[in-house]
Amino acid sequence: MEKLLEVRDLEVSFLTYGGEVQAVRGVSFDLHRGETLAIVGESGCGKSVTANSIMRLIPQPPGRITNGTIQFKDKELITLPENQMRKIRGVDISMIFQDPMTALNPTLTVGNQLTEGLKQHTSVSAKQAKQKAVELLDLVGIPNPEERLSLYPHQFSGGMRQRIVIAMALICEPELLIADEPTTALDVTIQAQILELFERIQEQTGVAIILITHDLGVVAKIADRIAVMYAGKIIEVGTKKEIFYQSQHPYTKGLLNSVPRLDRREGKLIPIDGTPPDLFSPPAGCPFTARCPKAMEVCDRVYPLETKLSSTHEVECWLQDERANKLLASK
Amino acid sequence: MTKYIIKRFLIMIGTVLIIATLTFFLMHAIPGSPFNEERNSNEVVQANLEAHYHLNEPLFIQYLIYLKSIATLDFGPSIKHPTQTVNDLLGRGFPISFELGIVTILVAVISGIILGVLAALKHNGIIDYLAMTIAVLGISIPNFVLATLLIQKLAVDWDIFPAATWSSPLHMVLPTLALATGPMAIIARLTRSSMLEVLTQDYIKTARAKGLMPYKIIIKHALKNALMPVVTILGTLLAGILTGTFVIEKIFAIPGMGRYFIESINQRDYPVIMGTTVFYSFFLVFMLFLVDIAYGLLDPRIKMHKKEGE
Amino acid sequence: MSMNHLAEKQKKHSPAGNDIPDEWFKPKEKNENDSEKVVRPSLSYWQDAWRRLLKNKLAIGGLVFLIFLTFMAIFGPMLSPYSVSESVRANQNQPPSPSHWFGTDNLGRDVFTRTWYGARISLFVGLMAALIDFFIGVIYGGIAGYKGGRTDNVMMRIIEILYGLPYLLVVILLLVVMGPSLMTIIIALTVTGWVGMARIVRGQVMQIKNYEFVLASKSFGTKTSRIIRKNLLPNTMGPIIVQMTLTVPTAIFAEAFLSFLGLGIQSPYASWGVMANDALGTILSGHWWRLFFPAFFISATMFAFNVLGDGLQDALDPKLRR
Repeated sequence: MEKLLEVRDLEVSFLTYGGEVQAVRGVSFDLHRGETLAIVGESGCGKSVTANSIMRLIPQPPGRITNGTIQFKDKELITLPENQMRKIRGVDISMIFQDPMTALNPTLTVGNQLTEGLKQHTSVSAKQAKQKAVELLDLVGIPNPEERLSLYPHQFSGGMRQRIVIAMALICEPELLIADEPTTALDVTIQAQILELFERIQEQTGVAIILITHDLGVVAKIADRIAVMYAGKIIEVGTKKEIFYQSQHPYTKGLLNSVPRLDRREGKLIPIDGTPPDLFSPPAGCPFTARCPKAMEVCDRVYPLETKLSSTHEVECWLQDERANKLLASK
Repeated sequence: MTKYIIKRFLIMIGTVLIIATLTFFLMHAIPGSPFNEERNSNEVVQANLEAHYHLNEPLFIQYLIYLKSIATLDFGPSIKHPTQTVNDLLGRGFPISFELGIVTILVAVISGIILGVLAALKHNGIIDYLAMTIAVLGISIPNFVLATLLIQKLAVDWDIFPAATWSSPLHMVLPTLALATGPMAIIARLTRSSMLEVLTQDYIKTARAKGLMPYKIIIKHALKNALMPVVTILGTLLAGILTGTFVIEKIFAIPGMGRYFIESINQRDYPVIMGTTVFYSFFLVFMLFLVDIAYGLLDPRIKMHKKEGE
Repeated sequence: MSMNHLAEKQKKHSPAGNDIPDEWFKPKEKNENDSEKVVRPSLSYWQDAWRRLLKNKLAIGGLVFLIFLTFMAIFGPMLSPYSVSESVRANQNQPPSPSHWFGTDNLGRDVFTRTWYGARISLFVGLMAALIDFFIGVIYGGIAGYKGGRTDNVMMRIIEILYGLPYLLVVILLLVVMGPSLMTIIIALTVTGWVGMARIVRGQVMQIKNYEFVLASKSFGTKTSRIIRKNLLPNTMGPIIVQMTLTVPTAIFAEAFLSFLGLGIQSPYASWGVMANDALGTILSGHWWRLFFPAFFISATMFAFNVLGDGLQDALDPKLRR
């Protein structure tokens, strides 16, 4: 598969009155054409910041990308001038935000908002743009699209609005779609419908998707690969199967144990105690140490090295070190 | 929308009724009120009052007659100027006050919005700091203080603008400036804060994610939403400007309604006070009504809002 | 799988990992509080707000000025040998001098003394207006917001109608009828002034009453009055304080405006509005001090309250925390 996006050593910080918050601390991952990568983690772990960095939508100030590269096809996005970045946004990479209630401008018609991106980036006529909008509303499953174009956002339900937002993101036929918690604000039944829509869209258009979520249920449904983030770092990445059935990092395991699963017999849910560390002064070692049931002395002092378990499965944890295994064996 | 307009209209009628009733009974409650027959030595005045208010009828009938006369915009006679009616005074003074008010609100709205938008776009920058300092000063300095300052500096010391009367566009500069600064400051602050709020909204982020040009994001997506709160306070500002014309006209010797009004207060010319108050209140309440309608037209959600509010 | 896995793992380890001493690979001593460790000290809402207010130099400047003004309003007239209405024929229109720090007016009265009397009037009017607005507004808005439904509907209609009243016109009307006095001004100002406060309180109460912690108290059968006192009020205090701070300059302006129109405090008593009105004719005569001092103190006081109100608004807004 052809590589579409390559993120290396991405670091992002925010300057607040209390000091510098290191929201993203050296994140690297790849994305191939047509695949779905889920970035999973608790709120505040840096997953949304990572997504916004790819779009270069970090508010500056207070935010700043301090290090790293983001290679999209043949372009380096971090150093790309703003006017060129603008030609990528909405055209090559689109983004969907969490709350469909606020993502649409309440004072403009849906048709206006759907077509404005297309009008900005291409030289289509108003009629063609409208036709394209109708096509896309049809694609995302909105009945009577032609009549709906002249309506305002408040005249739609939440699920319908999210469909409109998705149609809006797809109108310039992007190669990458970043969805930041696209189902969090929706009812459970609507969530399932929206996820099915994502699957269908991917089949029909071949768009690659980065799905930002804290919901492992969502991930289980549509992700090809999963990256687990904790305190600004990707601590484990692998295929869906590898993460769900062969996870190695105690945090990933904890995360899986804390949600209900139909494929396991044991009914008990085990929460992870404690809270993530303060990113004003991130710990030198593994940030999960304080909450980790298997923490060792080394975990506090040095950040663990990356261990490659397969061509797709990588984990950053000291338990992978042979000396840790000896210790466990001696017990 | 129709339902909304009807509701606003009923509220307007309610306000007007309250004002009229309040005015009527307050005037009758005054000790030694002009409506007491023995108070008025002047026969002409007494005859005028008699003819207009039917003073020999019971109070309630008088009240109904009064309501009828103000419903037809007839505000009755003056006591101090027996040959004039309140309508004569209004006809002479109000157009001038109206002109001053309109020029002022235009200047205030346009400059206030520009100042506020600039400040929001350069948030925490020098322009923001400067604009907001001007705005707080503008809110803090009472218009009559500013007026005297302007006369002292621009008219007396430097002799740039004429200090008094209302005879040419040049004469309008100082009074307008004195009256517009306060409302301008309020609009600038409101525009800035609502613009800042709107700029953090998700739909602005969405617009940026679409790769729209920055000016388009600001004009099409941000400004329209940011100006909604500004529209809602226009009515209140207009009230402030209208009452502000009283002192401004006094200071600049402008022959508007405000001057007659102050004169009537000092001479305790009750029918004029009463008539002017009611007329101005009608005018303002009507403006408030228009502003509400404008808001309803601007905001497509207004129907929903009203439903939710109930 | 495990054998294969281990072999691969060992191969993959970079040399850097070998620099780490073996003895670090032992279970960490578990500290009970470890996972709950909080790095930054947590501040209460009011501590946090105060800390943020202190950072706002302008707002603190305003606060300091107001403390100074209050002090001078109380003790200022005592510092001067002249009384507020004492006029000395020989001392008319004296410029500021060691004997009359702010000069004298056209009746030979000491502007310094009169200025601090004016401060008393202004602060008194402002604070009284804010306090009365507070009581009426909190009770009215609290009931409307808490009861909701029909009660709220009727109460809000009343407010909407009152809101349409042009307040200065009503105030002028009341003053004409009741005769000019300090009490009349305060009553007249609060007749329409409480509406804004009531609206704010109602909005806050509406929002907060559905929060979990209020529902929780309700489910324990706590009395309504207690819920309002213990739960709702502390959580609505922020916007209320801001509104009060911003009511004061409005009232001060209104008093000065009315006095300037000749409807307020009457000579020989001094208010800043009266002094400014008296001095109006002096622009051409060059007796600048007669206008300057009252004008300066009206503006400075309103400025101080405005910046303090703004600062409080920023400091008390929980959305801005962090």
